Amino acid sequence: MATAEFGSLDEVGEVELMDSEVSAPVRKETEMSARDVSVWFGKRKVLEGVNIDFPKQTVTALIGPSGCGKSTFIRTLNRLHELIPGAALAGSVLYEGKDIYDRDIDPVHIRLKIGMVFQKPNPFPSMTIRGNVLSGLKLSGMKRSDHDDIVEQTLTSAGLWTEVKDRLGAAAGELSGGQAQRLVIARALAVQPHVLLMDEPCSALDPASTLKIEETIRELSKDVTIIIVTHNMQQAVRVSDYTAFFLAAENEPGHVVEQGATTEIFGNPQDQRTLDYVNGRFG
Amino acid sequence: MSSTETEYRDLKSAATSHRGDRVFNRTVTLAAFTALAVLAGIAVFLGLQTIPAFESQGLSFLTTTAWDINTDPPTAGIWGMLYGSILLAVVGLVIAVPASLLLSIFMVFLAPKRVATALTNLIDLMAAIPSVILGLWAFYILNPSAEEWQRLLNQYLGWIPIFQNTSGNFLGTPFIAGFVLAIMMIPIITSVSREVLARTPPDLINASEALGSSMWTMLRYVALPYGRGGIVGGVMLGLGRALGETIAVFFVLKIVFEVNWYQIIESGGGSVATLIVSRFGEVSGEFELSLLLAAGFFLFVMTLIVNVIANLIVARTGRLQK
Repeated sequence: MATAEFGSLDEVGEVELMDSEVSAPVRKETEMSARDVSVWFGKRKVLEGVNIDFPKQTVTALIGPSGCGKSTFIRTLNRLHELIPGAALAGSVLYEGKDIYDRDIDPVHIRLKIGMVFQKPNPFPSMTIRGNVLSGLKLSGMKRSDHDDIVEQTLTSAGLWTEVKDRLGAAAGELSGGQAQRLVIARALAVQPHVLLMDEPCSALDPASTLKIEETIRELSKDVTIIIVTHNMQQAVRVSDYTAFFLAAENEPGHVVEQGATTEIFGNPQDQRTLDYVNGRFG
Repeated sequence: MSSTETEYRDLKSAATSHRGDRVFNRTVTLAAFTALAVLAGIAVFLGLQTIPAFESQGLSFLTTTAWDINTDPPTAGIWGMLYGSILLAVVGLVIAVPASLLLSIFMVFLAPKRVATALTNLIDLMAAIPSVILGLWAFYILNPSAEEWQRLLNQYLGWIPIFQNTSGNFLGTPFIAGFVLAIMMIPIITSVSREVLARTPPDLINASEALGSSMWTMLRYVALPYGRGGIVGGVMLGLGRALGETIAVFFVLKIVFEVNWYQIIESGGGSVATLIVSRFGEVSGEFELSLLLAAGFFLFVMTLIVNVIANLIVARTGRLQK
């Protein structure tokens, strides 16, 4: 193992320990892929030529310094990007064998299949805990009758069930930040997505909550494909099977410098910039 | 060892030990109590005026509808006026609330920025129109066309009780007066709702969109519930204006001393404020003046009750969606 590269990290022990828990990725079917994706805000190009395949039921981490277009990229994967005025895109995003930007594709259908969890926990404050879990059904007009089962199942998957099962009717605003974020994950799961996008889901949380969410992510990846943006190197190592490293030179659009199995990117990076970044030398 | 016996120190006085703070605190407190004193003064003054009215008419002043001052004994009752004020306000609200909500939704979520800004200014301007001008406009411009709409309503929807008209006279109706009130309420309700809706956190809108919402479901389940309290507050501000409005109603409503329960396109209705202003100029003496002041007192009480109910509604609508 190329553990020598981790010499400059303080958390060497932890990385090695967690490393062994992430099973070496086996070749899996592709769930979705980005093909030559470039993105603009107005006239400013922020992302250029991104090609990534996301294998089914794996976790892919998108890492890189702030402002390199990771969050923008993740928002192109469920067509949230287009809701920002002036947003434009080139290339294609393939899901279920089709380009999700094709004219005959309903963006609502895409957003249901490809769920999203945001940086700041954002449960709906006007709803109860239960109401939040079921909100996706209401918002999308999805008809399902087994509401009790959905609530229990998704809250269990999100690792929150035992903490809230006796107060499902309480206001979502009463939850702590970590609990709120797990509630939001349950909410995203209730519409049965195949892919879950997570945009720095732990950056607003304390270490204990972060650990819980990471456990949840590992657990969820048995059923759904997860794509997670993170600034936390250890987190990427702990939760992901694959990693893509984004970088933007000054006044230039961001692009993917290197991608591959997480063990490779962190243990044996091919590009000097990747090596520097994963060792905390910039960013 | 003696740590349990440390001296108890009162820190309350320390909080105001700065001289400037003390002066400021007293000034602010005095100002606050002045406002309360003025309110209490009005209530007491008007309350005293109701004594002669009640001495001569008893409770029937509130429960009957009549204004025969020169008979012996004189009979006067303002029930029809009190009820009429509420009916006008309800007609106004039914028109103004949906219009204002749609307008504010359009301005916040749909309109291009420039259009939204222009609309905001226009609507603020609308709020600034003096009510006497609105009354004149309603009398000369609105009346003739409203007469036609009401005829059509009566012709096609006359089987609905509220659209009955037996007199064949379509002028001076609660509908026209309510419509004028709606025009006065729309700018208030719209500007408050717009303000409230524009504050929907982008986080929540993002979350809603990521869950596959349409514009409608996002509004229905996220933005409107989030702004609920504020929007109801705006409606109540508008309602307060409608209940007390005098002059604009004076121009278009035919005051009759009968209770018009629900026939909103029938000529004739009531309004306490308009009763007062229409009688005040030709008041027959001390006694009638006291009756009018008593009417004013109950208008004051009614607006207070409406405000209390409004607060209860705001508190109740705070409930969570399951």
